[in-house]
Amino acid sequence: MPRRKGAPEVNAGSMADIAFLLLIFFLVTTTIETDAGLDRMLPPIEPPDTDVVIRQKNIFTVNINKNGQLLVEDGLMDLKELRKAATAFLENNADGSCAYCKGKKDPASSDNPTKAIISLKNDRETKYSTYITVQNELVGAYNDLRNREAQRLYKQDFTVMEQDYLNPETPSSVRDDLKDKVKRIQDMFPQKLSEAETSTN
Amino acid sequence: MAKFTKKKDGDLPAVSTASLPDIVFMLLFFFMTVTTMKDSSLMVENTLPNATEVKKLEKKDRVIYIFVGTPTREYQKVFGTEPRIQLNDKFANVDEVGSFILAERAKKPQELQNVLTTALKVDKNANMGLIADIKQELRKVNALKVNYTTYEGDAFNNLQ
Repeated sequence: MPRRKGAPEVNAGSMADIAFLLLIFFLVTTTIETDAGLDRMLPPIEPPDTDVVIRQKNIFTVNINKNGQLLVEDGLMDLKELRKAATAFLENNADGSCAYCKGKKDPASSDNPTKAIISLKNDRETKYSTYITVQNELVGAYNDLRNREAQRLYKQDFTVMEQDYLNPETPSSVRDDLKDKVKRIQDMFPQKLSEAETSTN
Repeated sequence: MAKFTKKKDGDLPAVSTASLPDIVFMLLFFFMTVTTMKDSSLMVENTLPNATEVKKLEKKDRVIYIFVGTPTREYQKVFGTEPRIQLNDKFANVDEVGSFILAERAKKPQELQNVLTTALKVDKNANMGLIADIKQELRKVNALKVNYTTYEGDAFNNLQ
């Protein structure tokens, strides 16, 4: 007598076990975080051909010693004051050519944001964490100013705009639009943060 | 009336586990999509400092990692307790950084070779002297784009 039952059913009871096994494998071998950090450009090793003369008043020197103390423009400064001091220096606008700056126009400080340079020096024994904190404050000073201008012009934070611009998931039409805006704000306060080679003593 | 016998008390119906595989598969797919593979195991202490003004490192294929920190306990007997550099899965000296970067760069596709970023994952207790040497090596091989990888958090916590 021929059997009319068809193929027997496959037992799916162990499916859960197999899936759990896979799940645990992926949990163990993968990490969830995406990395984030401070982006910096190092100076090229060959010196520029032409000697650029920079006036002393356009340079904002920050020196970190091995104990983590700050020497800013020949004076001792607390780390918490650094952001404010750097902001004041960047938008000082001594020659009056920067219409959007709100600085004090102190003749002894920087001419305008495009000329202002922040020079960061550190000792070989400076702790990395102190260095990062100082970098963070200096980048923060730039970001504060850029955010202010971006809010005024586009009603949006610069950091948000830049993040959207760099994010590959943003549609390309939006990115093209953001490109010009980001560029414009960056040109208003160009980030000129020079890192000299470490002093040895 | 035997047909209408009462069910016994306390006889709960069995919970169906038929949808359990579906639930587990859902979890599996979630983890597969949001996580990334670990590619090297850490041999150094790596507590990163905090910073607020951070940018995300998109596109993992364009990043070269350099780890710096004191060797973990199992390696301390051999490599000491001074901060060391870890490249891929082994300890290295400062002068090997340049050739490592060049080798890694050669492995990447042509169109990515000019847009690579070097991510410096440095323990917060390392000294700047070593970092300065690494930076100098990076400048020599023209790998100028660096990212000081940090955690997100108040930068002043670093000082404690």
